[in-house]
Amino acid sequence: MNDLLQFLSFSDPNVRFVTIGTMILGATAAMVGSFSFLRKKALVGDAIAHSILPGVCLAFMLSGSKDPLVLIVGAFITGWLSLIIIDGISRTTKLKNDAAIGIVLSVFFGFGILLLTSIQQSGNAAQSGLDKFLFGKAASLTQYDILVFSSIGIVLILVLLLFYKEFKLISFNPDYAKVIGLPVKFLEFILATITVLAVAVGIQAVGVVLMAALLITPASGARFWTHRLGTMIFIAMVFGAISGFFGSFISYVAPSMPTGPWVVMCLSFLTIGSIWFAPKRGMLAKYRVQHQNQQKILKENVLKLFYHIGEKENDFHAERSIEQLLKTRDLRPTELKKGLHLLKSENTVRNKDDKWLITAKGLNEAIRIIRLHRLWEMYLNQRLKLEPDHVHNDAEAIEHIITPEIERQLEKELNYPTKDPHQSIIPYIKE
Amino acid sequence: MEVALETHNLTVSYNRRPVLWNIDFKIPVGQITGIIGPNGSGKTTLLKAIMGLVKPSSGYCKLFDQDLKQVRERISYVPQRESVDWDFPASVMDIVLMGRYKSSNLFKRINQSDRDIAVEALEKVNMLEFSNRQISQLSGGQQQRVFIARSLAQGADLYIMDEPFVGVDAATEEAILNLLTEMKNQGKTVIVVHHDLQTAKDYFDWIVLLNTRLVAVGPKDDIFREDLLQEAYGGKLNVLSKVGDLIKEKGFSVRERK
Repeated sequence: MNDLLQFLSFSDPNVRFVTIGTMILGATAAMVGSFSFLRKKALVGDAIAHSILPGVCLAFMLSGSKDPLVLIVGAFITGWLSLIIIDGISRTTKLKNDAAIGIVLSVFFGFGILLLTSIQQSGNAAQSGLDKFLFGKAASLTQYDILVFSSIGIVLILVLLLFYKEFKLISFNPDYAKVIGLPVKFLEFILATITVLAVAVGIQAVGVVLMAALLITPASGARFWTHRLGTMIFIAMVFGAISGFFGSFISYVAPSMPTGPWVVMCLSFLTIGSIWFAPKRGMLAKYRVQHQNQQKILKENVLKLFYHIGEKENDFHAERSIEQLLKTRDLRPTELKKGLHLLKSENTVRNKDDKWLITAKGLNEAIRIIRLHRLWEMYLNQRLKLEPDHVHNDAEAIEHIITPEIERQLEKELNYPTKDPHQSIIPYIKE
Repeated sequence: MEVALETHNLTVSYNRRPVLWNIDFKIPVGQITGIIGPNGSGKTTLLKAIMGLVKPSSGYCKLFDQDLKQVRERISYVPQRESVDWDFPASVMDIVLMGRYKSSNLFKRINQSDRDIAVEALEKVNMLEFSNRQISQLSGGQQQRVFIARSLAQGADLYIMDEPFVGVDAATEEAILNLLTEMKNQGKTVIVVHHDLQTAKDYFDWIVLLNTRLVAVGPKDDIFREDLLQEAYGGKLNVLSKVGDLIKEKGFSVRERK
């Protein structure tokens, strides 16, 4: 706890620097990644990230320096090279895009690991820290590193804002963009370059192996919260920044921990949370709708019991025992009781001890459902030419769904029928 | 006859196999023209070649007697509805405003007059009340109308539509047909790819009958003849398909020099 307070107080200027820096890197990667996500190129980011490793190593071997600008040039060159090769393979051979990505990713990464190992064994003292590129180590970044990376990040954000509407169009409908004469090739080039650069600076914080997560996960989570592109990108950036913050925190509190995995844990937490809890699109919201539907079906089925008994005995208002109700329909006793209590809270049924009766309000509701059931049976019989003994099960389900508007359409199309295919009367609510 | 579209000896190949052989025809200005043919007859490919989306193996297209590049702003293209992912995070208005993007104003922001034009376009397709609706919540017919509104917002002279009547409801079909008539009355030219022979005669003034080669072109009354329809819908030419297969198999090109 003290660690957290000390970290949050930002009393150490280096903490401040690194934290803000990694937050910018996280936000940049999330913003750029939103477009990769929407263009269904999620895996390309992974390939770029892995392909950057040999570039970083080569840049170090050739220059002998760990200056971030030098390393980024190397990273940029092999990152772009991987894109060109992926594109070339999928264009000129029979191999599909996913195979091309898989091949390029592993070949580049393997080569990168080879170079990294040989650098580490060369005895060059300056090399210490290069292995941080694998899993990231935010706290080991110098102020100068952070300055360079965050400046690049900010430039990338500005470029994206500049081309925002064009990037939106080439993500949604590239053919249309070509037809209206937008320079699609050029725009794609810019977008690819931005992606390579975002990856190149992002790996400083999370490392090569987990960079794809920083690119794609924020957008995947953000998509659950909104239908607007601008809002989605904004939420993704917030997710990216939060995990950047979390990553640098871990880096200080537990110096032996690599940053990348923790950033990814934080991101996964946010994204899984979104998948579950987002309104409307989230799983929980969907379960809730399902649950409500089940309750509606149960309540309506219980009301129908009263109607069916009433119809047979020509008395809709008499009290009924649980046993009598259970006999009419295949319902489990617990279900029936649950249904009755739900209905009671809506004043559609009443009870005197163990005897239950339907109220006037409940009867109207029951009539409505029976009516929809029989209208639908009639419709299936007349329009779909189904035999009367084939229509019941279908109507059991559809009766809970039909809206008043469709009810009116049904009546009209069937010319206001009074009897269903089984010659039962189609009831209507008496005013 | 003033010509809106001319294709000259147009041959287009996919993976070397020609899917259109030497297509050569002219379409007049101010008419509604249907490009008709069975499945796999190369209708969509023809549109893509006209719009510069696929490169022909030989031949060329001219629009208003000029290259596409020179008349781009006078041409509007409505791609097939299924060609995009409708789960994209955007509203109806966002999509229609894309019709106002131009290559000449890359950095210009969308302004109020662009919005007014988009609103007018939405009104014409009876979709104004849905302007804030997320596009993934639209029905197929509504999606089609959004695409047409985007195209209207461009304010073009020639409209090229790929299968706008596929999978749409009756209300959309009627809305599109009314629009086509209105466009014609304003002197616009409309070219529509269509696969349903039954309705083609009611919808169009001119017909291009296609089945990997041009079968016939002309005013509809000249084209709707038993022998021509039989020729277009009676299957592909056997030898032509075989030669196409050979070109692909042996790795040749459909022209000696490329």
